[in-house]
Amino acid sequence: MDRIIGGLFDFMLPELKSPLTGASSDEIMAFIHIVSFIILGGVTFALIYFAVKYRRKSEDDVTPLITHHNQLEIAWSVIPLLLVIIVFAWGYKGWLNLNTAPDNAYEIQVTGFKWGWTFRYDTGAQMPNEVHVPAGRPVKLVMKSEDVIHSFFVPDYRIKMDVLPNRFTTVWFQAEEAGESQVFCTEYCGTSHSNMLAKVVVHEPEDFQRWLSEQGSGGGGTPVERGENLISLQGCATCHSTDGSTLIGPSFQGLWGSERTFENAEPTIADENYIRESILDPGAKIVQGFQNQMASFEGRLSDDDITDIIEYLKTLE
Amino acid sequence: MSNESAHGSHVQHHFVDSDHQFDTAKMGMWVFIVNEILFFGGLFCAYIIYRTWYPGLFQEAALQLDTFWGAVNTIVLIGSSLTVAMAIRSVQKNQIKGLRINLLITIALACVFMVIKGFEYSHKFELGILPGSLYTFEGIEHVQAPVFFSIYYMLTGVHALHVLIGIGLIYWIYRRATKGEFSSEYYTPVEITGLYWHLVDLIWIFLFPLLYLIE
Amino acid sequence: MAPAEDSNKRKLQVKRFVPSENPKRTYLTDETGVWAWMTTVDHKKIGIMFLVAVTFFFFLGGVLALLLRTELLTPAKTFIEADTYNQLFTLHGAIMVFFVIIPAIPSGLGNFILPMQLGAKDVAFPRLNLASFYIYITGAIFTFIALALNGLDTGWTFYTPYSSSHSGSSVIWVTMGIFILGFSSILTGTNFIATIHKLRAPGITWGKLPLNLWSIYATSVIQVLATPILAITLLLLTMERFLGIGIFDPAMGGDPVLFQHFFWFYSHPAVYIMIVPAFGIVSEVITTFSKKHIFGYWAIAFSSLAIAFIGFLVWGHHMFVSGQSPVATTVFSFLTFLVGIPTGIKVLNWVATLYKGSIDLKTPMIYIYMFLFLFSIGGFTGVMVGALSADIHLHDTYYVVAHFHYVMMGGTIIALLGGLHYWWPKITGKMYDEFKGKIAAGLIFVGFNMTFLPQFIMGSIGMPRRYYNYIDQFTIFHQTSTIGSYIIGIGFLLIAYYLAKSLYNGEQAPANPWGSRALEWQATSPPHLHNFDHIPVVINGPYDYHKPMEEFQLGLADSHGAHSKDSDKTIEMTEKEWVDYNLD
Repeated sequence: MDRIIGGLFDFMLPELKSPLTGASSDEIMAFIHIVSFIILGGVTFALIYFAVKYRRKSEDDVTPLITHHNQLEIAWSVIPLLLVIIVFAWGYKGWLNLNTAPDNAYEIQVTGFKWGWTFRYDTGAQMPNEVHVPAGRPVKLVMKSEDVIHSFFVPDYRIKMDVLPNRFTTVWFQAEEAGESQVFCTEYCGTSHSNMLAKVVVHEPEDFQRWLSEQGSGGGGTPVERGENLISLQGCATCHSTDGSTLIGPSFQGLWGSERTFENAEPTIADENYIRESILDPGAKIVQGFQNQMASFEGRLSDDDITDIIEYLKTLE
Repeated sequence: MSNESAHGSHVQHHFVDSDHQFDTAKMGMWVFIVNEILFFGGLFCAYIIYRTWYPGLFQEAALQLDTFWGAVNTIVLIGSSLTVAMAIRSVQKNQIKGLRINLLITIALACVFMVIKGFEYSHKFELGILPGSLYTFEGIEHVQAPVFFSIYYMLTGVHALHVLIGIGLIYWIYRRATKGEFSSEYYTPVEITGLYWHLVDLIWIFLFPLLYLIE
Repeated sequence: MAPAEDSNKRKLQVKRFVPSENPKRTYLTDETGVWAWMTTVDHKKIGIMFLVAVTFFFFLGGVLALLLRTELLTPAKTFIEADTYNQLFTLHGAIMVFFVIIPAIPSGLGNFILPMQLGAKDVAFPRLNLASFYIYITGAIFTFIALALNGLDTGWTFYTPYSSSHSGSSVIWVTMGIFILGFSSILTGTNFIATIHKLRAPGITWGKLPLNLWSIYATSVIQVLATPILAITLLLLTMERFLGIGIFDPAMGGDPVLFQHFFWFYSHPAVYIMIVPAFGIVSEVITTFSKKHIFGYWAIAFSSLAIAFIGFLVWGHHMFVSGQSPVATTVFSFLTFLVGIPTGIKVLNWVATLYKGSIDLKTPMIYIYMFLFLFSIGGFTGVMVGALSADIHLHDTYYVVAHFHYVMMGGTIIALLGGLHYWWPKITGKMYDEFKGKIAAGLIFVGFNMTFLPQFIMGSIGMPRRYYNYIDQFTIFHQTSTIGSYIIGIGFLLIAYYLAKSLYNGEQAPANPWGSRALEWQATSPPHLHNFDHIPVVINGPYDYHKPMEEFQLGLADSHGAHSKDSDKTIEMTEKEWVDYNLD
């Protein structure tokens, strides 16, 4: 029954890919839509019907004195009250389910930052802006933010949760089939809020295991590869392009060894110490034509990490 | 209906008579006082939340506040509330001289309060107990120590601002009294300023135990 | 006119005062000149000054909205940068909420109408009323300073820690501006509460108070109780940015969710500050243009107070996904539904009022028809986002954007337009062009639905709000929406044109062009400086359309005005009423 009438409003919703979390939301939305349309239709009909039937015939029209009608008042207080209590209970039930991840859920650590996402697996593997999950198994995301409040939203799964800087929050879902779903940040977080996108990539369970083992511990590879990986994991690439185009900050291409001119300091050649300083104390030297927008990465990047990044920057000529 | 004699020069045209104007003004002031209480209520709410989160910190940090001078200030303010009440009593009895003297004593007491408060603040500044990011004091182990003092400075600072405004208002009333604008027939501004001053006093009576006397 | 004693009843001799049709002296001809206007304590002039300021800000906010919609024509950059876009939507929200919708009906129209509906000469504290206007202007100046410096890019909600330690814009100037603005709201509320309690004309019992005044009363109570919390929140935020006091900043042990609690504790009741005054206008217009007694007077009056009360207990429904405690979320969701009930009761009572009425679809009534339709949609979608599991999906998407535009614009602004047309003859003494009025109303209705209906759909599909770029899938919805917004813009320009034109060569308005029984229509158009040249005495309710007009024009000769010895009617009053209305 719900399925059939709910279908009327399917054009308003993306395909549901995690029925365990989203089915209840879809049903309640369909229910409210239908009841609302019936009442709104009644009200609109009454408005138009009265306007025609009781249109003013002359300026001296006399109208009957109808001050109130207790039974009617009670009826249209109690019936909506019952309806909203149904809606409340229904919504509450769905919400409890959304808040209670199954015990066997596969856990992934999520970090939001301005402006991107990092996903960490218990094997140590890390992925920027793409979370790979197995199909047919509940997945629980444990989330925190590096800076401001973000919010993790997957329309296909009907889940959303704020990502906060001072506490962990969680969401869970269970994608039933292999495929991809869009992730949005829905809490306004500054300049590139609308580019803070990610993808959920769902694999068949055995494909997922294969994918995970291919990732290794995330720390492997040459220094250049590690540096390249860090650039995307830490979100550097959101503001600094590697192809010479200007984003929020100056491009990394051709940075190494070039002469830099600043808003607030003497010109310098871009060497190891300049890059280290720019990462740990970004406000010290602001490149001409840019604003002081970047937060310090002190505590987020070790000296070894910075060395790897420098090795990678050297390759971008 | 409304006879002309009731329409003294102080009665504005849209009121029927002096009593009508007085009642209306007093009601307006009460509404404003409710609004003031909610204004401080927000800060008290922040206080309660942080005290629940960090109970140990509040006990430890409160030791840095000088209970003796806090108590003196409490007595000073209660005294000033009394003199304001006496000022209103005087004007009701048409004793304009009494009104002026009581107003002057009130101003003096309010200034004493501010001076003591000033000493308390400057002593803390010397210790490095400054608000927010300027905080440099190392006498309290707790990591969140600056938060207690942020709340302390906000509460007492906003209260002190109210005291300053009160001093201004009472001085204004005093000037008008000197010009002979008040009598037992008309003393609405004296009454509503008095209400305001009682409020300022009352808020301090809550602040003192909440900040200084944490056991 | 000495009253006669008669078995505990006292008799009052009243006379009929028919308002003259072509008043020689009005509030517009007395005390003219710029300086007289700027220093006036007349509630009518202050109301007009508020309306002018609000119109200016509405124009500004509207232009910002059109720029935003134009940028959203294409998925990537259309013509402005991301940072500019973020500033535009922030300012659009902040200006429309704080500078337009909150003051428009109470401080603007309300200031003009409230004392007249009470039969008073002015509000209780006229100088405070003027101060309220200048405080508003001061707040506006602070905001303009912010614009001239670095603008504002935090969203109108100022969420920490973005606003406290990440945004590079002039947050302090704006928060201080709105802090100051809050006092304007508080003082107006205080003034209106005292006025309604103390300055009612003889005979206006609480049961004969026009519903417009019940609405303004409920609004004023919210203004006085909620605005101080906003003030202290913004003060804390200012200090946070200025000194880093750390109450809301997680980096210093503070809690950003606490900010959200503080902010919504004001800002949700503020939603009712914005919509409840609109309810008052609806009650006034709908009875006048159906010549019918309001259906369920007490149900409508008390539902305003109920909304004001419950409105204080639902702020947490903005935070279902914020990480607040589950118990809080449950309670807030339940209370949110309860606040929907009195709102629904009102709509149904208004519809029932039309039954067997004599309905005249003049422009103000057309706006009220639009209000009933659009506001109902706003209400139903409000139930949708109040339902917990549905809100998880819809929160912070365009669905929410569409929902609150249906309430704030489809509700408040549309009712404001209805009220403006309704009282235009009273305020200016001129009639507007009825035909152009209906055309403009039609344009706005079509444009509005074209703008915001697609937003329900794309929000539900997953389009998040405050997005500068969007994925291609949403293009068609955004483009429809943008075209709709241009149609709204044309509608407003047309209104501005014919209203301005009516000031110059509009037809002279009769004292009571709509045949209303309400008290403000028993004064001349435009009214005298002191509203009435007599003291109105009210013996009937404001919606007693079954009684003849004569019964609504009674009064006592003012001791300052024309004297009259003959009387048309004798009213009996109890001793208590006699004393209550200061009749000695």
